[in-house]
Amino acid sequence: MYAFEFERPRTLDEAVAALADDDAQALAGGQTLIPTLRQRLAMPGKLVSLTAIDALRGLSASGGVLTIGAATTHAEVAQQTDYPALAKLAGGIGDPHVRNRGTIGGSIANNDPSACYPAGVLGSGATVVTNRREIAADDYFTGLFETALDEGEIITAVNFPIPDKAAYAKFDQPASRFALVGVFVSKGKDGVRVAVTGASEGGVFRWAEAEAALASDFSAGALEGLSVDPEGMIGDIHGGPDYRAHLIGVMTRRAVAAAG
Amino acid sequence: MPADGSIGAPDKRREDVRFLTGKGRYTDDINVNGQLYVHFLRSPVAHGRLNGVDTEAARAMPGVVRVFTGDDFADVGGLPCGWQVTDRHGDPMQEPAHPVLARGKVRHVGDPIAAVVAETLNQARDAAETIEVDIEELPAVIDMKAALADDAPKVHDDLKNNLCFDWGFVEENKAAVEEAFQKAAHVTTLELVNQRLVANPMEPRVAIGDYAAHSDESTLYTTSQNPHVIRLLMGAFVLGIPEHKLRVISPDVGGGFGSKIFHYAEEAFCTFAAKQLRRPVKWTSSRSEAFITDCHGRDHVTTIQLALDAENNFTALRTDTHANMGAYLSTFAPSVPTWLHGVLMAGNYKTPLIYVNVKAVFTNTVPVDAYRGAGRPEATYQLERVIDKAARELGVDPIALRRQNFITQFPYATPVAVEYDTGDYVATMDKLEEIADLSGFEKRLAESKARGKLRGLGVNCYIEACGIAPSNLVGQLGARAGLYESATVRVNATGGLVVMTGSHSHGQGHETAFPQVVAGMIGIDPSMVEIVHGDTANTPMGMGTYGSRSLAVGGSAMVRATEKIIAKAKKIAAHLLEASDGDIELKDGQFTVAGTDKSVAWGDVTLAAYVPHNYPLEDLEPGLEETAFYDPANFTYPAGAYACEVEVDPETGKVTIERFSAADDFGNIINPMIVDGQVHGGIGQGIGQALLEGAVYDENGQLLNGSYMDYTMPRADDVPFYAVDHSCQTPCTHNPLGVKGCGEAGAIGSPPSVVNAVVDALVRAGHDITHIDMPLTPSRVWSAMQG
Ligand SMILES: Cc1cc2nc3c(=O)[nH]c(=O)nc-3n(C[C@H](O)[C@H](O)[C@H](O)COP(=O)(O)OP(=O)(O)OC[C@H]3O[C@@H](n4cnc5c(N)ncnc54)[C@H](O)[C@@H]3O)c2cc1C
Repeated sequence: MYAFEFERPRTLDEAVAALADDDAQALAGGQTLIPTLRQRLAMPGKLVSLTAIDALRGLSASGGVLTIGAATTHAEVAQQTDYPALAKLAGGIGDPHVRNRGTIGGSIANNDPSACYPAGVLGSGATVVTNRREIAADDYFTGLFETALDEGEIITAVNFPIPDKAAYAKFDQPASRFALVGVFVSKGKDGVRVAVTGASEGGVFRWAEAEAALASDFSAGALEGLSVDPEGMIGDIHGGPDYRAHLIGVMTRRAVAAAG
Repeated sequence: MPADGSIGAPDKRREDVRFLTGKGRYTDDINVNGQLYVHFLRSPVAHGRLNGVDTEAARAMPGVVRVFTGDDFADVGGLPCGWQVTDRHGDPMQEPAHPVLARGKVRHVGDPIAAVVAETLNQARDAAETIEVDIEELPAVIDMKAALADDAPKVHDDLKNNLCFDWGFVEENKAAVEEAFQKAAHVTTLELVNQRLVANPMEPRVAIGDYAAHSDESTLYTTSQNPHVIRLLMGAFVLGIPEHKLRVISPDVGGGFGSKIFHYAEEAFCTFAAKQLRRPVKWTSSRSEAFITDCHGRDHVTTIQLALDAENNFTALRTDTHANMGAYLSTFAPSVPTWLHGVLMAGNYKTPLIYVNVKAVFTNTVPVDAYRGAGRPEATYQLERVIDKAARELGVDPIALRRQNFITQFPYATPVAVEYDTGDYVATMDKLEEIADLSGFEKRLAESKARGKLRGLGVNCYIEACGIAPSNLVGQLGARAGLYESATVRVNATGGLVVMTGSHSHGQGHETAFPQVVAGMIGIDPSMVEIVHGDTANTPMGMGTYGSRSLAVGGSAMVRATEKIIAKAKKIAAHLLEASDGDIELKDGQFTVAGTDKSVAWGDVTLAAYVPHNYPLEDLEPGLEETAFYDPANFTYPAGAYACEVEVDPETGKVTIERFSAADDFGNIINPMIVDGQVHGGIGQGIGQALLEGAVYDENGQLLNGSYMDYTMPRADDVPFYAVDHSCQTPCTHNPLGVKGCGEAGAIGSPPSVVNAVVDALVRAGHDITHIDMPLTPSRVWSAMQG
């Protein structure tokens, strides 16, 4: 680690002000950022903790929408009952230590191509709320570790429309246990969504053919014969593009079956 | 069940109280007054010419005390290799220099180039970033076979080529083996890879050098499995410090698995730098650093062939192995693919003719040396895989084929130079069939099928040579050291004992098991016995812990020393009882004149030894302290049979281990609970190798999985509950305890049955496959199913 200054503001305004410095960076659960700092791969002059800001914490459901504060931990999301598929997704992230520190805001700000939440957010058609605007999930994830966030912009919450049916099926990368392939499916009033994480060199994406097939028949059988082109899929020591493309089919069927 | 504390009782490990409550005292817990910190700048490339290292800016950085480069070690020795192998042609192996800090060239990613010593670790790291290294990158040799091509770049320019040695064993058998293959009714051939593993003990390595100017004494605190060996190697070969001016301390060590046997550059560096700077110097490895500096294990590529006659008797075996040495020869590297591997190729079978060829190869990778099992897992894996393949080709039951070829007469002299003293392979196989409930397999197969899963069963046997090792024998084989063990038993005036052992405990439970032996011999409570290890100043010269040797060799030394104690104590008792010492019996801590009720207690005798008011001073020295050195007459040969049942998910290729059973013969057992734990841990590592682990280098010599994000360690949910049995006991005939050692069996014995089980599952499902290389990751198994 390089030396840095540390601030722990109580309000969003104070955080925004603290983050105005060019070399300041937000710190949430630290489950991604701290290992990066320890390896000296980043050199922020100042870390601004978001975890003491009440406005960024907690969950509330009303009007069919579950709102989750950006600094809410995976463990807290795993315990809520308004959106069971999302609870299951959060409960499957990392280990208890990671779940008790890591936050939804940190996860989607980071947008790791193997992370689970991007699939949950895109697969639910959620809205990312920041201190400046609201961003639809479809516009938010822009590539590997890339998002629509601007410099200094802070995620404050994520709004999830609660679908009729949903499930997340994750195939673990054996070492990290992030998603080698994870598929989130939902069926709600705006239709069917199938979001795939872990697999593509472009990060989380929607599998349009599967969505179309499921729109008319929301069953695993409807996916019969559909396959994903391995072109553009990630190949690494844990599996080649073929394997990942194949797993997308398997995990999508499993997710649909689990969604019931 | 034996009474608490005596031999054979499942006493809970007394050391666990401090380990589990965070009160262990590890090397990194030690901080010496005035200590400095070192950070090593390491090579980012696998192979390169080092044209210059500019440390000027670094030396001016805040807190920096000194920056060392290879030139500072010009007058210091290199890291020595403790074993010399002679090749097929009678030539000694090629033995390259191994400098403490690189000079002239860097040879693997992680090779240390410079060392920055500063007041704080962060200052040392900051300064290291300002060092300008001029490296001319050279093509790297990673693949072993490519490394042996005529035009391959040389890892060491001053050697003839990248071939360390070409070893043939037993060379005289070669022609007869060829002939047997020509006459064979059936030959089974299998090519396989025993992949490179990273040991990953929970505690990374640490070294602290300290120098006392007033006494000219150097002290090294280090995470070692064998502090005396480090003192000898580093003192005599690297730094030129005699033993009486050098103390090596290894306190609690958080696992080693072999990787902490060897003498490492960082140990020599810290000791050297502390003396130069007149201040203590500390190094703590990060996990990332451990991946590229701790010696790796395994990394063999083998073709094995088994010849059988028309009745399915094994008639000959031949193997051709390439063994990766990495960029330098680590301390015991040459012994692993040779004397710990070739001599085990007979396994549990009476194959009359065996020929083993091993080509050891230098590559631009981290050095490879012993890792739990060391050579014996490689031997077992090949043999037990090829037997399984032969059974399939011949359409016979793999267990029956093994049974038919078992060695049944003991002692048995193998065609590969060793003599098994005892064993009963039929008994362990019988026991395995019982505890694994093999007769219930078909039912479980049907249940799996109903759930859409493929089920498979794999079985294998293993033999190992443990209790390392008879010095005269290993001396002939190339060892540059003896492999005896030592113990000093010091009895205190009030009857308590301190046993100082040259072996070392880093998870094996010595502090519990050793007192059971000593206290059991005397008949006192084991809480009266304390074990001291890990400090060269407090313990007699000993060779440390590896090769399942601590109890078989170290325990035997302890028995010998305790026998001397008892003999002397009987003389004292005889004096006190006014009897002849030949008539004194010792039982339950009481000395009795045989056939009478006259007796004195252990404590009376020990007190008399140190307060010799009423004492035979004219015949006997006061005091009660004895030392013994024990050099074993032979290796010990633990053996057993393992069974694994797996389920394979046909859609994803994911393998889960449903059942794992182990029937071992370890000879006599001192503490069955510790034995269970050793076997459990070993199987966990074996399952890790079979399904999960494996270091992967790209063609440029970059380690692709140098962190836990990509290197898969076995976790609790990767392993099942094990059925472990060690009731088959054929005691070792040549050590006083009749023990064989249990530390490596699990890691040696488990990989083949896992792979056999997966192959079985796929074949049962109609896939035309004969082999999948480890680790059997989901993607590999899935790919195999795609044909
Ligand atoms: C062992 C381990 C296993 C894991 N397994 C999984 C897994 O299975 N699935 C999975 O999805 N993830 C996994 N993770 C990642 C985990 O979910 C992290 O918690 C998450 O990716 C980052 O969240 P954080 O709160 O820790 O963010 P931090 O590490 O604090 O920050 C990450 C990044 O986000 C930025 N940031 C944080 N909060 C905000 C905000 N509100 N607005 C704007 N920017 C912000 C930070 O500046 C930083 O750049 C794992 C992590 C570990 C260590």
